[in-house]
Amino acid sequence: MAAVSFRDVRKSYTPELQVIHGVSMDIKDGEFIVILGPSGCGKSTLLRMVAGLETITSGEIAIGDRVVNNLEPKDRDIAMVFQNYALYPHMTVYDNMAYGLRIRGLSKDDISVRVKKAADILELDKYLERRPRELSGGQRQRVAMGRAIVREPQVFLFDEPLSNLDAKLRVQMRAELQALHRRLGTTSLFVTHDQVEAMTLAQRMIVINAGRAEQIGAPLEIYANPATVFVASFIGSPPMNLVPRDGRLLGIRPEHLEPCAASDAMLTIDVDLIEPLGADILVYGHVGDRDSARVAARLPADALAQAGKLALRYDPANVHWFDPKSGLRST
Amino acid sequence: MEKRVVFRSAWLPYFLVAPQIAITVVFFFWPAVQAVWFSFQLQDAFGLKSQFVGMQNFAHLFNDRNYLTSFKTTALFSGLVAFFGIAISLLLATMADRVLRGAMAYKTLLIWPYAVAPAIAGVLWAFLFAPSIGIVTYVLKGWGVDWNWIINGDQAMLLVVIASVWKEISYNFLFFLAGLQSIPKSLIEAAAIDGAGPARRFWTIVFPLLSPTTFFLLVVNIVYAFFDTFGVIDATTQGGPGQATNILVYKVYHDGVKAADLGGSSAQSVILMFIVIALTVVQFRFIERKVEY
Ligand SMILES: Nc1ncnc2c1ncn2[C@@H]1O[C@H](COP(=O)(O)OP(=O)(O)O)[C@@H](O)[C@H]1O
Ligand SMILES: [Mg+2]
Repeated sequence: MAAVSFRDVRKSYTPELQVIHGVSMDIKDGEFIVILGPSGCGKSTLLRMVAGLETITSGEIAIGDRVVNNLEPKDRDIAMVFQNYALYPHMTVYDNMAYGLRIRGLSKDDISVRVKKAADILELDKYLERRPRELSGGQRQRVAMGRAIVREPQVFLFDEPLSNLDAKLRVQMRAELQALHRRLGTTSLFVTHDQVEAMTLAQRMIVINAGRAEQIGAPLEIYANPATVFVASFIGSPPMNLVPRDGRLLGIRPEHLEPCAASDAMLTIDVDLIEPLGADILVYGHVGDRDSARVAARLPADALAQAGKLALRYDPANVHWFDPKSGLRST
Repeated sequence: MEKRVVFRSAWLPYFLVAPQIAITVVFFFWPAVQAVWFSFQLQDAFGLKSQFVGMQNFAHLFNDRNYLTSFKTTALFSGLVAFFGIAISLLLATMADRVLRGAMAYKTLLIWPYAVAPAIAGVLWAFLFAPSIGIVTYVLKGWGVDWNWIINGDQAMLLVVIASVWKEISYNFLFFLAGLQSIPKSLIEAAAIDGAGPARRFWTIVFPLLSPTTFFLLVVNIVYAFFDTFGVIDATTQGGPGQATNILVYKVYHDGVKAADLGGSSAQSVILMFIVIALTVVQFRFIERKVEY
């Protein structure tokens, strides 16, 4: 196990096209870090630079106390789980897991012990002689994890490994990943564009927008104190409401709004969409005309929601202020 | 759900396939049947009379030294053509697969030889290697190699192998390139992370995944070497010197047309026919059984 650090890491695929604009971060030994951001923001690029599959244009990446910029992937002591799993189609599940161990020259017995143990953890014992195409999506996913586990690497790298699974399996695998991390305690970098996945898995997360790290911190900390407008509007479902006020942007989470008498209204919206979720109700509407800011409010399930004007109030303690020019938090 | 087209008239479908059937019958089945028929006959020297002799033509063949030699020559020739045709094109495809920019230009250039008729390919290489005026001959002479395929059997074999391989490479190349490009890049990356170097990645991941393509090409190339290379041989060595490049298909032509031994030649072509049938059966059997992953 090892710490990982990024020191002003930059990446350009072509001289004109820079995709990572200087990321710095220290990941502690054994931490589970989620790299979160919208599609195309450079998450995979960042992860692949750690793996050694992409060169680092400038800056440094260190694993443990070694700077790995010029090391081959095989010398970095990392294991990666790909979005499409990248299982070797012509090999059995056993051979898929044993491949890297054989190359590293482990004895037959050692290999067998490690593969059996991983198969046991991942409940793959019955499938060791099968080929990948004879497995379900969830099982393939496990094999891909197994291939990473048996290597007992310093760092696990996951590139959206759950995005090809159906919703139910995804929730299940999320739990298993957490359990696995508790058990093995290996430093992990997990890329996703799904903020729910990020919130539930991360010990700390790094939110990326267009190749820049917008904020680094624990999920709840980021949720409670988004550092930028981007983070505020990316995290939360529905995300934070942002309403222009006196030349600044007022941010308020949907759950911090409550209905009130028209005379007490701090915010009035014209409700045009109501989503009863059972536990609560989401109502949406504009604060003014159609071009004005759109606001979502999470109301208790017994609230009387109807189309038309809705008066809302909030506790000023829950308000966040942002500077609309820089996009930064201003209080 | 099976989708079916239903014709209103019972005759229309037959009418539509009739031209294809007619061509197949006239140009393939009829000659094949004729060959079988002639192979049981013995004709007199002027081709006026013929008599039924049963298996005698075949018995003759298998006691004929020349015929057995031709078998060996063919085996050597098609082995060399298939091996080098596949190995070189696989190498080229692997290199082209790495090139991102200008890949289309390479592909276009590499496919040209396939469009060249076998006889022209043969003439082209015969010129390059011509004993007195060929440019390659000239270079070889500079290196102290005495090159004259007109009298040297091994060199003649080498020449027809080169010409045939050159022509077949483009076809193989396209299949290999398509095969390589269908292998997800992440597989190679996973192997690299697992610790495999380039050579190991090739032999343990890429090559096995290409094996259906390779097998298909092996059969196609052997069939090509058996039959399509007629033009190459006829335009260059004409089976010589001696019997050095007299492969089976050329011998059929030579014995039938030049030596006017219609019965013996027919018997040879019947044997060739069985070889193709066998190869085709192997091909289909294998492809049916062989998985796509
Ligand atoms: N090999 C490449 N060559 C050129 N541009 C690339 C390459 N890979 C990714 N990019 C570009 O870099 C940006 C970030 O890509 P990526 O890291 O894959 O994003 P993400 O994983 O966050 O969706 C995208 O704009 C993408 O088009
Ligand atoms: Mg990605």
